[in-house]
Amino acid sequence: MAMNRIVSSSSSISNLHLLRSLSQPLLRRPFSSHADDDKTILTVETSVPFTGHRCEPPSRSIETTPKELLSFFKDMALMRRMEIAADSLYKAKLIRGFCHLYDGQEAVSVGMEAAITKKDCIITAYRDHCIYLGRGGTLVEAFAELMGRKGGCSKGKGGSMHFYKKDSGFYGGHGIVGAQIPLGVGLAFAQKYSKDNTVTFALYGDGAANQGQLFEALNIAALWDLPAILVCENNHYGMGTAEWRAAKSPAYYKRGDYVPGLKVDGMDALAVKQACKFAKEHALKNGPIILEMDTYRYHGHSMSDPGSTYRTRDEITGVRQERDPLERIRKLVLSHDLATAAELKDIEKIFRKQVDDAIAEAKESPMPDPPELFTNVYVKGFGVEAYGPDRKEVRSILP
Amino acid sequence: MAVVLQGFAVSSSDSLISNRLQLGSFNSRPERNGSIVVIRSDARFSAGSNQRVHAARKLMTTNAVAAKADTSTSSTASKPGHELLLFEALREGLEEEMDRDPRVCVMGEDVGHYGGSYKVTKGLAPKYGDLRVLDTPIAENSFTGMAIGAAMTGLRPIVEGMNMGFLLLAFNQISNNCGMLHYTSGGQFTIPVVIRGPGGVGRQLGAEHSQRLESYFQSVPGLQMVACSTPYNAKGLMKAAIRSENPVILFEHVLLYNLKERIPDEEYVLSLEEAEMVRPGEHVTILTYSRMRYHVMQAAKTLVNKGYDPEIIDIRSLKPFDLYTIGNSVKKTHRVLIVEECMRTGGIGASLRAAIIENFWDYLDAPIMCLSSQDVPTPYAGTLEDWTVVQPVQIVTAVEQLCSS
Repeated sequence: MAMNRIVSSSSSISNLHLLRSLSQPLLRRPFSSHADDDKTILTVETSVPFTGHRCEPPSRSIETTPKELLSFFKDMALMRRMEIAADSLYKAKLIRGFCHLYDGQEAVSVGMEAAITKKDCIITAYRDHCIYLGRGGTLVEAFAELMGRKGGCSKGKGGSMHFYKKDSGFYGGHGIVGAQIPLGVGLAFAQKYSKDNTVTFALYGDGAANQGQLFEALNIAALWDLPAILVCENNHYGMGTAEWRAAKSPAYYKRGDYVPGLKVDGMDALAVKQACKFAKEHALKNGPIILEMDTYRYHGHSMSDPGSTYRTRDEITGVRQERDPLERIRKLVLSHDLATAAELKDIEKIFRKQVDDAIAEAKESPMPDPPELFTNVYVKGFGVEAYGPDRKEVRSILP
Repeated sequence: MAVVLQGFAVSSSDSLISNRLQLGSFNSRPERNGSIVVIRSDARFSAGSNQRVHAARKLMTTNAVAAKADTSTSSTASKPGHELLLFEALREGLEEEMDRDPRVCVMGEDVGHYGGSYKVTKGLAPKYGDLRVLDTPIAENSFTGMAIGAAMTGLRPIVEGMNMGFLLLAFNQISNNCGMLHYTSGGQFTIPVVIRGPGGVGRQLGAEHSQRLESYFQSVPGLQMVACSTPYNAKGLMKAAIRSENPVILFEHVLLYNLKERIPDEEYVLSLEEAEMVRPGEHVTILTYSRMRYHVMQAAKTLVNKGYDPEIIDIRSLKPFDLYTIGNSVKKTHRVLIVEECMRTGGIGASLRAAIIENFWDYLDAPIMCLSSQDVPTPYAGTLEDWTVVQPVQIVTAVEQLCSS
C-alpha cells in the first residue's frame, strides 16, 4: 500500500523519506499532533528549478514543517471552497457586477504569507478575495462585501474589486489594470521613509505587465533603492488574449532589464514561499526585484467570461490534473504520513460547512443605510465640512 | 444635497485672543499645540488681527505681472509683517509645515537640486535631504500614484506638477485612486496628498502649456480644489491643504508668482472652503478666482469712476463652493457676474452658475452673466492670446449691461 502511494506520488519526494515511511508504517502519530509540529524539518524539492535574471536563484530544496504543510492545505482548501461558493452566489444573482475568481492560483497567496509578516504590505489588482483571506480577513466580511452588505470589509461600498485590510497591511483591491503598481512602489517608499525594514509586494497580471506605469514605477524604485517586489501572476491570459498575442517578450521576469528577476512555479506553494523569502532579503538590501509566478486560473477572467472561448477545456483539465496546488500539497501530506486521505476529506467537509455558515451569516447582514451614500467621501476634520447656503457660523482651532 | 451643520458657539474666543497675544509679533517657531489661529476672511477675531489683515490686503498689487520693488522699502521697517513674493510665500508655508510634521515630503520634477522650476522649493533639498524633497524622473502617472500609495500608509506627500497640464497624464491616479480610495475602502484609508502646480494662460507659452485643469477635476468626488491668488492666501491655503486629511489640489497661476505683498509674521492657516471678500459693494456681485481677480480689480477702478459699486469676491475654494459667502452677497446685490479663466464649456463658471440658480433663484434680478475664456486652444500669437482670456474692458461692459437691465 505504502509502496504504491509513494510510486504514484510526484517525484519531488526524496529517497530519504521513502525509506522513512517504509520503516514505520504502523507508528503513525495522530493528525492533531502533526498540525502543531513545527520542529520536524522536512525537505522538499520543487518540481522545476528557479530561473534567475541578473541574480543567483535560490536553492530548489525547501525546508518545511508538518505544521506548515498542513496549514498550507487548510488555507488553500478554504480559499478554493470560498471561490467556488462565490461562483454559485454569482449565478444566484446575489453577487453582481464583476467577480474575478482566484481558484487555481491559491498557492501564490498562501506561499507569500508564509514568507512574510503582517507588517509587510501586499497590494494587488481585482483578483483579491483569497489574498484578503490570507492577510487575515474573515469569510463573513468577504461574503458580506461581495453581496454589498453593511458587514463587509469596505462597508458594502467597494465590492469584489475593493477589498482592503489596513491593520494587516493589505492595500487592496484595485479595478484599473496596472494602476496599483505605482501605489505599491509608493508603499515601499513610505516603508523606506519610516525605516521599517519591511517590504511591499505589488502583484499584477500578465496583462498589466504591458502597462507603461509599471516601467515608470520600476525605474523610480530602482533609482531610489526602494524595497518593492513586483510579482507578476502570470496565468497566461489577459482576459481573452493569450500572453503570446499581447507581449513580444513573455519572459516577464526579464522585462525589468536592469532589475533582477526570478521565475517561479506559481502552482507550488513551497516554491512561492522560497522565492518570496529570497525576494524579501534581496529587496531590503539591493532594491527592487521582479518575481514571475507561473500560475493558472480555472475560471474565466471573471464570472461573465466562460473561459473556454480562448482556451480548450482539455488544457484546463490537464492543468487541474497535473499542477493543481491543492493536490500537490495533499500528496505531500499523504506521502509524509501527516494525515490520512479520510482526515483531509473531513477537513474539506468542515470548511464547506464553515463557508456555508459564513454565507448565511453574511446574508443576515443588512444593506447599507441610504445616508451611507454620502459618508466617507471626505474625511471630516479641520476645514473640510461642506456647507449648504445656510451654514451657521463655525470656527475650528488647529490641533 | 446640502449638509447643514450647526456651528458651535465661540465660547473659547477669550482664550483665542490670549493665545494670539502670547505669540507676539516676532516670527516665532510654530508650536504643535494650540497656538495657531484660523483667520476668517472677514476677520471676526480680536481687533489686533483685524487691522493686520486689512493692512496686508491694501498693499496688494492689482496687475498681473511682477511688481517692481517700489520706494516703500524704506518704510517697511515700521509696518508689521514681512514683504515677500508669492512663490516665497508658498515656500514659507511649505517649510513651516515640513518643520512641523516629519511626514511631509515633496515630490516632483526638478524640485530638489534644481530648486523648483518656479523656485517654490528652492533651498529645501539641502535643508531636508533627498528623502524628503524628491527629484522624480518625468513619469507623472507613476509618481502621482506613488504619492497616493505613500499617503495610504500615513505620509503626507506634496506632488508638484511642473505645469498643471502635465497632470493630465496622472488623471487616472488622481480621479480613481486619490479621489475614491477613502470611499471604496469604507473609510480605512485617508489620502492626505496635496497636488499643486502652476496652470493658466501665461505669456505666449503655447496651447499645451496654458491649460486650466479646474474644469476637468471638478466632478471627481473626494477631491477638494482651491486656487490661490495673493501671497497671503497662497501661504494660508498651502498650509491648510497640507494639514487637511483629504486630497487637495492647489491651483497656482504662472503669472502670479512674482506678486509682492506684506504678510503677517505669525503663523496663520486659512480655511479651505472659504471665499475672500476683496471689495464690498452694493450694485453687483463679481465672482472670480486666481489671475482674473486682478483683471476684475482693474476693471473695478474704471467702474468706480463710472459710478458703479461692485462687490468683488475671490471664491478661492473651487470645490466645494462657499455658497454661504456667495449667497449673502447675492441676497444683497441681486446681480451676479462670474469672471473666470476656465473654458466656457463645462468650466467652473458653468457649475457656479448652476449652483447659484439652484439656491438663490428668487434673489436674482437679472440672468447670471459668465465671462470665461474662449473654447479654443490657446494660440501663440500675443494679440490672439490676449483675446482668449477675459480682459478688463469686457468686464466693464458686462457690468454695465448687467446693471442696466
